[in-house]
Amino acid sequence: MSHSVITVENLSKRYIIGHQRSKDDGFRHVIEDAIRAPFKWLRSSQERKKRQKEEFLALQGVSFQVKQGDVLGIIGRNGAGKSTLLKILSRITEPTTGKISIDGRVASLLEVGTGFHPELTGRENIFLNGAILGMSRVEIKMKFDEIVAFSEVEKFLDTPVKRYSSGMYVRLAFAVAAHLEPEILIIDEVLAVGDTQFQAKCLGKMGEVARGGRTVLFVSHNMAAVKQLCSRLIFLQNGKLHLDADTPSVIDEYLHGITYDQGTWVRKQAIPSKDGVFFKALAVVDSKGRETGVLSSTDKFSVDINFVATAVILDAQIAIRFTNQDGIVAFTTSSTDYKRGFTVIQIGAHHFTVAFDATFFPSGKYHLQFAAHVSGKVLFDLVDLSLTIEETGTLRTVCRDDRLGVVNPVFEWREE
Amino acid sequence: MVALRDCRHGFQAGFGGSLIWPNSEGYLHKMSRLIIEAGRSEREYWRDLWRYRELFYFLAWRDLLVRYKQTFVGVAWSLIRPLLTVLVLTVVFGRFGKMPSGGSPYPLLALCGMLPWQFFSSALSESGSSLVSNSNLISKVYFPRLVIPASSVITSFVDFLITALFLVIMLIWYRVLPPPHVVLFPVFVLLAFAASFGAGLWIAALMVKYRDFRFIVPFIVQFGLYISPVGYESNVVPSRFRLVYSLNPMVGVIDGFRWCVLGGEHVIYWPGMAVSFAAVTAMVASGIWYFRKTERTFADVI
Repeated sequence: MSHSVITVENLSKRYIIGHQRSKDDGFRHVIEDAIRAPFKWLRSSQERKKRQKEEFLALQGVSFQVKQGDVLGIIGRNGAGKSTLLKILSRITEPTTGKISIDGRVASLLEVGTGFHPELTGRENIFLNGAILGMSRVEIKMKFDEIVAFSEVEKFLDTPVKRYSSGMYVRLAFAVAAHLEPEILIIDEVLAVGDTQFQAKCLGKMGEVARGGRTVLFVSHNMAAVKQLCSRLIFLQNGKLHLDADTPSVIDEYLHGITYDQGTWVRKQAIPSKDGVFFKALAVVDSKGRETGVLSSTDKFSVDINFVATAVILDAQIAIRFTNQDGIVAFTTSSTDYKRGFTVIQIGAHHFTVAFDATFFPSGKYHLQFAAHVSGKVLFDLVDLSLTIEETGTLRTVCRDDRLGVVNPVFEWREE
Repeated sequence: MVALRDCRHGFQAGFGGSLIWPNSEGYLHKMSRLIIEAGRSEREYWRDLWRYRELFYFLAWRDLLVRYKQTFVGVAWSLIRPLLTVLVLTVVFGRFGKMPSGGSPYPLLALCGMLPWQFFSSALSESGSSLVSNSNLISKVYFPRLVIPASSVITSFVDFLITALFLVIMLIWYRVLPPPHVVLFPVFVLLAFAASFGAGLWIAALMVKYRDFRFIVPFIVQFGLYISPVGYESNVVPSRFRLVYSLNPMVGVIDGFRWCVLGGEHVIYWPGMAVSFAAVTAMVASGIWYFRKTERTFADVI
C-alpha cells in the first residue's frame, strides 16, 4: 500500500537562454568561436559573468514521492515548471541535477495524437500512434475494436486523417491513448480538447484507469478535472515545489494566490482612443446601498456597471462570469438577456445595473469577470473582481451548503 | 410543504462519490526499476532499443506508405529515377567522354555504380533530416532516438531492393552471367548500409543543432556523385591517389558491386578496399558515439 513507485529527489533543470546571441546556434558561430577561442582571455570577466547569468532554472530542488495507485495532480501557473517536470519524468529530456527512480512501466501522454500522420488513414494511424506510445502490435490488434468504438469514427477508418474534422481527429487520438495499459501513466492537459461531451468521456476513462490501481500523474489547469481525479496535488511555483498536500487545500491555496480588487473597481488609465466599449467603474452594492466586497448569504445585492462606448458597435454586450473558489464557472449573465435596447450600444456613457439574490450562491469566494465584447469576435475590455458571500446562518442556507452543485437555486416543492 | 429538515442525506454519494479511487495493490508484480539522473549512461539503452524494435518497423512502414501517396505513378518513381540517371551517365561518360567500361556494357557499369550511390545519397538525406522532421515525436515521447535515422535508412533500402530488381532484368537483357563470387554481394550491400547509416547518424545529430546541414547535405550528394566512381570506373584515378580516393567509402562499395556482379576485368584494388572498410567502420562507430552523446539534449534544442 505505502509502496513508493516514483521517488523524485532534489530535481533541477537548467536551461540556457539567450546565450548572448540568438537562440539558434548557427554553425557559423561554432566556426567563429573556434577562431576566437585563443583570444577568449581578452574578454573582461564581467562580460563572462553576464554570459553565465543567462540561464534559467525551470526546476529547482523539487522532491516528492508517489505511492502505488496514487493519482497525483500537478498544478501551477504558466512557466511554473510543470511541463519540464513531466518531460523529465517521461525521459524526453534529462535533469541537470537530482535523481528519479521509477518502478514500473511508464507511458506518457504529453499531447494527444503525437505522431499522427495526416496522409495515413485512421486505421493506419491507430497502429502507428499505438507503437509510438509503446504498445506492441499484438496489443493494438487486441484492442483495435475497442479503440474504434471509443473514438466513434468507424465510418472513416479508411479515410486519411487529413480529411477528418478536428473533433474526429482528437477523438481518435485520445481513443488510442486511453487504451494504453502501463503501470504508471503521465498525462499533460489532454483534456483540453474536444467538445464538452467528449471531455466528460475522457475524464471518465481516466477515472477508470486510475481505479484500476494504476499510478497516474496528471498536469492540468482545469481545477474541476483535477479535483475530480486527484487525491493529492503538487503546486509548483517558479520551478519550486510550493505545496504538496491533499487536493482541497492545494486548490484553495492555488486559487487564493490570485488577488483581485474586492467588490469595486475604478478605471485608473484613460479610456483607449480606439473604437469599442470600455468599463469606467464597477461596483457590487448590497441591499443597503453600500459598495462592498463581502455580502451576507441572505442579502440581495446588485452590480453596477459604468461604461463608455466610443463608437456604435452592433451586437456589443456586457457579460459577467461568476467562477467559484474551486475554479468552476458557476454561470454567466449578459446584457443580451435584456432584449430590448441593449443590442445596439450608442456612443457615450452608460450605466447598467444587474440585480442578484445572494441566496442563489453557496457561500464562499467568487471571481467575477466582466467582459465587454462582441460574442466570438472582439473583446474590448476585461476586468476581474472578487466577491465573498458569507454564511449568515439561517437553517435554509446551512443545509444548502451540504449539497453538491455550484449554485443554489430555490425551486418550489409541494406535497400533493 | 415538506420541511427540509435533514439535508445531510443523499447527494454526497452522487457524482463525487463514484470517483473515489480504491488504491488496489494488484500491480506490484515484477516491476523494473528505472533511474533517471543527469549524464547517466543508461545500461538499458540497448535493451530499450530492442524493446522499441516494433516502433522501428512502424516508422519505416509509415515512411514507405506516405512516400508515394498522391503521386501518379507511385512506386514506379523508384525505377524511373535510377533509369534516367543511368541513361544520362551512359551518354555523358560512355558516349561523349569515351570512358573505359572494362568490357561490360556501359549501362550495366553505370547501373552498378548508381544502385549503391542512389541508396547512399537518399539514405543520407532522408536520415539526415529525419530527426528534424520528426521533432514533434522527439519533444513529446520517449524512445531511443536511434530508431528514427535507422528506420529512414530502411526506407531507402526498400527503394534499393526495387532498383536491384531492375539490375537483374538488365543482366538478363545483356546476357551477362555474374561470376561465382557474386555470393559476396550481400557483404557489399551491408557495407553500403553501414556507410549510409554512419553518415546519416552524424548528419542527423548535427542537423538538430545546426540547420546549416540542410544546405550542406544536397551539396554533399551532388558533389559525391562525381567524386565517387558512379559514372566511371575507379581505375581511371591515377594509382598514387587511389588510397586517398578510397577514403570515400562509396569507392569500396561501388568497386565491390562491380566486382561481384560484373566480374571480368572489374578487379578490386584491395588496399583501397581495406581503407574503405576502415573508413566505414570509423564512421559508424563515431556516428553512434556522437549520436548517443548529443541525444540527451535533442528535446531541448530541436
